[in-house]
Amino acid sequence: MTATATTTDPQPSYKWVGTRPVRHDGLDKVTGRARYGADLNLPGMLIGAVLRSPHAHARILAIDTSAAEAMEGVRAVVTGADFPMLESETGGSGEEFVDFRDLCRNVMARDKVLYEGHALAAVAATSRREALAALDAIKVDYEVLPHVLDVSLAMAPDAPILHEDMITEGMDPAPDKPSNVADRYVIDRGDIEKGFAEADVIVEREFVTQPVHQGYIEPHAVVADVGEDGRATVFCSSQGHFMVRSFTARLLGWEPSRVKVIPAEIGGGFGGKTTVYVEPVATRLSQKAGRPVKIVMTRDEVFRATGPTSGCKISLKVGATRDGRLTAVSGSMAYQAGAFKGSPASLGCMCAFAPYAIENVFLEGLDVVVNMPKVAAYRAPGAPMASFASETLLDEIAEQLGMDPLELRLRNAAEEGVRSVYGPIFKRIGFKETVEAVRDHPQYSIELGPNQGRGVASGFWFNFGGSSSATVHINEDGSASVLTGSPDIGGSRASMALMAAEELGIDVYDISPIVSDTESVGYTEVTGGSRVTHATGMAVIDACRKVVADLRARAAKIWDVDVSEVEWVDGRAQHASGDRAPMTTKDLAADAAGTGGPITASAAVNARGAGAAFSTQVCDVEVDPETGAVKILRYTTAQDAGRAIHPSYVEGQMQGGVAQGIGWALNEEYIFDSRGTMENPGFLDYRMPVASDLPMIDTVIVEVPNPGHPYGVRGVGEVGIVPPMAAVANAIHDATGLRLSELPMSPVKVLEAIGANGG
Amino acid sequence: MARVIFGSALRRYTGGVAEVEVEATTVRSLINALDRRFPGLGEHLGSGLAVAIDGEIMTDALYEPVPEDAEVHFLPPIGGG
Repeated sequence: MTATATTTDPQPSYKWVGTRPVRHDGLDKVTGRARYGADLNLPGMLIGAVLRSPHAHARILAIDTSAAEAMEGVRAVVTGADFPMLESETGGSGEEFVDFRDLCRNVMARDKVLYEGHALAAVAATSRREALAALDAIKVDYEVLPHVLDVSLAMAPDAPILHEDMITEGMDPAPDKPSNVADRYVIDRGDIEKGFAEADVIVEREFVTQPVHQGYIEPHAVVADVGEDGRATVFCSSQGHFMVRSFTARLLGWEPSRVKVIPAEIGGGFGGKTTVYVEPVATRLSQKAGRPVKIVMTRDEVFRATGPTSGCKISLKVGATRDGRLTAVSGSMAYQAGAFKGSPASLGCMCAFAPYAIENVFLEGLDVVVNMPKVAAYRAPGAPMASFASETLLDEIAEQLGMDPLELRLRNAAEEGVRSVYGPIFKRIGFKETVEAVRDHPQYSIELGPNQGRGVASGFWFNFGGSSSATVHINEDGSASVLTGSPDIGGSRASMALMAAEELGIDVYDISPIVSDTESVGYTEVTGGSRVTHATGMAVIDACRKVVADLRARAAKIWDVDVSEVEWVDGRAQHASGDRAPMTTKDLAADAAGTGGPITASAAVNARGAGAAFSTQVCDVEVDPETGAVKILRYTTAQDAGRAIHPSYVEGQMQGGVAQGIGWALNEEYIFDSRGTMENPGFLDYRMPVASDLPMIDTVIVEVPNPGHPYGVRGVGEVGIVPPMAAVANAIHDATGLRLSELPMSPVKVLEAIGANGG
Repeated sequence: MARVIFGSALRRYTGGVAEVEVEATTVRSLINALDRRFPGLGEHLGSGLAVAIDGEIMTDALYEPVPEDAEVHFLPPIGGG
């Protein structure tokens, strides 16, 4: 099946926007020429390695590094004592909002280790073998403490307490004792009792999800080099090198200007590379050793020590009238935060029913610390788990009412002017259009065979704008360099080049899109929140428009006319009279010295107007009643992209989100033993889907233009992962009659459910 | 006058008041006005919350204009992946 597109507005006549050129960085990536975090080697470079806790929860009584420091080849050793102990203070800006006290203790443990894999010392040596031997020589005395992983057990009165000073926020009155519940967030709208009283049908269920990892293929990797002047150059893979600069400097007690970060190519992030782990450690080791230091995490370390997303326990209740109007929703969602506060529980509450107009809502989100790595963002953080629960219950409502599940969604669909479940009134959105696109897709009417079933689900994500910068240079040959500070994860170089080509009127391959280091372009927030094509794109558009204004002014100077008489049409300056030969960027660049010097412009934005994203998906499965294995037969995802700048990369984001969501639904989970040790920290045992597990995922790009962007762009990177878990669960139900409410829906669990059902 | 709607989490600081009207031209002047009416509230509004003005969610928005008759919500910080 081929991808199709649907649009609600007449398509403007763009020359470049909406086309599919081969990405500018494609050749480097397919030939292995692109340089990732681990690819840089410097003269005299040392290899760093990190000592990690074998215990899920323990007090550090003493660390003795003297034997390690005396070993041959060892040039530096650091522990928590080598980093300032920061006080609790939230900082960063935009999306990178963190508590630096927690961040500094996550990067290097102090008085306690809070999860198996928690870093507590590091060495730099002349070889990896020597570095690992030195780690073995570090003596640590632990007082092992009871640990807790399960979110319900962590909230029990007798649970081991991770942070003795943690008092639950959001309670009135405030509790007088510490607990593992960091925060309670509540959405309380309308009259919940009245809403349920109006309902003809009420469904209620508990759901459990497990922590899952973003699973980026490239492990965290850094080379740090602190010079004699005390300034650091850091080369690393991340979703935001300005974030790395800011956080690394802060954790070292430095000013940000002391750190220059050069962005490597990034081999996947999905939210997991929006914070720092080894970057401050390598930098401090380099400072102590006086030589460059490289640290590359192993896959084992990535699983044990970097943020997965939360496992959850969710109880929800939904009421509806006989004609399918949702009258009330209520429930509680407890999210694992990992070792430090900051799970996306509040976002789960806000997103779960966001596609629908519902007047009566009571949803509670609990942020619960447990002895596993601090969770990190993962595509639409918090939304997939909550929507697994909400969209499963909507399927159940539709079943009880004998109504098509898409029709139920259409009858309750939020649209422009409707108050969202989380409060604000929606601007123009395209949710209904995604539901209609799935309803009208051929897959929705294909006849199913024995043991086969079909499920649908929808999802919402806010999207984000934020701070971005761009600089555009016109080169001597009339080509243009477009410099931004946004690491290219999903094809953003191509989208920046397309928008620049559209604005400047030159060929897209005459644009060179460059991801610049922290000293060559203005501050830019992370590549996350589905923000780059929207926000960084706006900075690029603004810079290009300044360049065009300059080009017109230079043409006016050459022609000795007023600039108002000069138009910029299809990459050429034209005089309004039509009696002068048009001048191209190449013509004007050739005369640049004589008309005012090089042609260049910069722009910076804190972009507003990020349009909300919606997706609706349909999944066909076949369940093997003998093994419990679930095979995905067909899958279609419809998503509102506002305007697809480069449709192929929009489709790639949609398909990637679905593939990850299917893994989350069917296979992926952290498995711990009784000591809190992760038992499956590798891709053989942590089973992510591979190409042979999935059919071709069909895509329908819906285009309801976002009024907040010059081309109507909505971010597309995240919402695709929100519906798959419920879509798969609903399809399994259609095939077997079983309602599975616990992830992953692995063959073992499906078989158990079939057995319990008398199958 | 801007109309400010408080979610449940903030009603602890407003004595249960769910909605107020405030004269303000920017988010900063709005927070200051709210703090005068509900002492201590300003500290919570300024500590990393996002603000939604007429449905538009923003961060780092202290100097953002607040239109006459705008509807304003304060929301948890919204991070993405």
